Amino acid sequence: MTTVPVKGIGKIIFSSSLGTLIEWYDFYIFGMLAKTISAQFFPEGNETAALLSTLAIFAAGFLVRPFGALVFGRLGDLVGRKYTFLLTLVLMGGSTFLIGLVPSYKSIGMAAPLLVLLLRLIQGLALGGEYGGAATYVAEHAPETKRGYYTSWIQTTATLGLFVALGVIMAVKSNMNDASFNAEWGGWRYPFWISILLVGVSVYIRLKMSESPMYAELKKDGKTSVNPIKESFGHKANFKMVLLALFGAVMGQGVIWYTGQFYAQSFLENTVKLEFMQSREILLWAIAFATPFFVFFGWLSDKTGRKWIMLTGMLLGVIFYRPIFNTLLKDGAINPQQAMLKLRVSQSSNTTDTLLTHFSLKYVTHTNTNYILPDGTGFSEKRSDTLLVKNYTLYPPLSALADNREPVLTVLPDSKPAYSSIVLTPSLKWKFVFLVWVMIIFVTMAYGPIAAFLVELFPTKIRYTSMSLPYHIGNGVFGGLVPFIATLLATTFTKDPLVGLWYPIGVAGLCFVIGALYLSNKIDKDVND
Amino acid sequence: MNQLKRIMGVFWMVIAPVIIYFLIMGAVHNIGEGTKDINKPIPWIIIIAIFTPIAVGLMIFGWYALKGEYDHLPESSDEI
Repeated sequence: MTTVPVKGIGKIIFSSSLGTLIEWYDFYIFGMLAKTISAQFFPEGNETAALLSTLAIFAAGFLVRPFGALVFGRLGDLVGRKYTFLLTLVLMGGSTFLIGLVPSYKSIGMAAPLLVLLLRLIQGLALGGEYGGAATYVAEHAPETKRGYYTSWIQTTATLGLFVALGVIMAVKSNMNDASFNAEWGGWRYPFWISILLVGVSVYIRLKMSESPMYAELKKDGKTSVNPIKESFGHKANFKMVLLALFGAVMGQGVIWYTGQFYAQSFLENTVKLEFMQSREILLWAIAFATPFFVFFGWLSDKTGRKWIMLTGMLLGVIFYRPIFNTLLKDGAINPQQAMLKLRVSQSSNTTDTLLTHFSLKYVTHTNTNYILPDGTGFSEKRSDTLLVKNYTLYPPLSALADNREPVLTVLPDSKPAYSSIVLTPSLKWKFVFLVWVMIIFVTMAYGPIAAFLVELFPTKIRYTSMSLPYHIGNGVFGGLVPFIATLLATTFTKDPLVGLWYPIGVAGLCFVIGALYLSNKIDKDVND
Repeated sequence: MNQLKRIMGVFWMVIAPVIIYFLIMGAVHNIGEGTKDINKPIPWIIIIAIFTPIAVGLMIFGWYALKGEYDHLPESSDEI
């Protein structure tokens, strides 16, 4: 194999990582702006639009990503790594930009959700093909002693893509009010339009790259695979390694990755009820501090082997998820006794519902008020107080008149007001940053060395196909299912607010056992075969 | 160690259909019971459709483990 000079490998890593980062950015902004996108393209009350919305969420991640892994993996093994991951980049960037140009449902009716669904599916397809290409490309340029270190830069891209997506959305949002951001041609479209610039730069850089030396050599010798899908999944010797990669490594890594970043953010926002900007700020800091550890654990895996670093990340998740999420929940909650010392900042809204039932009338007043506590914690309180008028009849029946009943007024104050938009004090905010950082450290352990691990598991001629499919099943399906299964568990077992965590804990635990039993910790010295 | 790998193969073969059973029961209990994603049929259809081949894969993995296919892992691509 040709040894690539250090300066050259720097360029290779940069150009591969930049494109992959942009693809992750493109994929994430859709999910992060889901509420606004839903309002623009999938209006409530329209059943067909609701169906398309569900398909956009579930089909893109679960069905199309693994399918993209097969389509582009095959292409990468047949025609080469360089042109395949160039194609995935153009597809991803183009569809992201076009989502930003689709007029809303109000303007073009059902064509809007149909177009968005189609573009989202193309995004899923492209994402399925990108990662395997970038990881393979870098690994095939790397010397055996630095394969983990070099490929770990590719591993930073998924998290950095999330970081950039969060940063861009927050920057746009902080420069305009909610109405301007959520308008039909409002600020929510800017992150989609920015993508075309990023992709343009990345395509320009990638066009200047040459083909992977290992793959070029295979092609020159006429030794490339004729049917990579058949060779990957039809031959027992390779298929058993695909299964081992999925059940012994990627399945657990997928849930650890998803729980540490996405589920953590969703938990802070929807369960702890932190304010929108603060929940994102916490994640941004945690990602910024944790990202270098992808590279550290990639480097370490070159010294100690990949297996135990990845499995330790999973085991730590299994042990610490519940205590960490429990601390987030308890520390973020507004204590009712503390709430008695609250000071009103503003009263934002006040609405009343009138409910007429048999012999009674109910006035339910919903009040939204912003408060601050003496320690600096801010929050919004939503209470629904009821004024009950008993013996009330619009048209009194004779029996009521005979009883000579008089209306009786009762005030029923809300005993359990709902708190939301909680703004933590600076010290508590940094404690939360630390806890989320710890969970992302688990991610860096499980995810940092995995590209090198997967590359070493499969031969060059079918590497792209063989590693892409388990990777996208592990991350897209097992990881992507975290919110769905969490909701399922929370609906079934209502008493435990942390019950949703049993899914990632169970999958990571199972993966740990399989990995510990069946994986080898040996580093493959020669991937040039 | 190899003996344990083989015995555990039976366990992987057994849990695969159990996972599918729980998914189908989850779908039966939740579809139409509310307005969340877990109450809609489409996510369940997609998830069961994608999980069935994965569960079959787990069964095959268990079968391979039971047969001793993982007693020795290939150390070069010539063995694949």
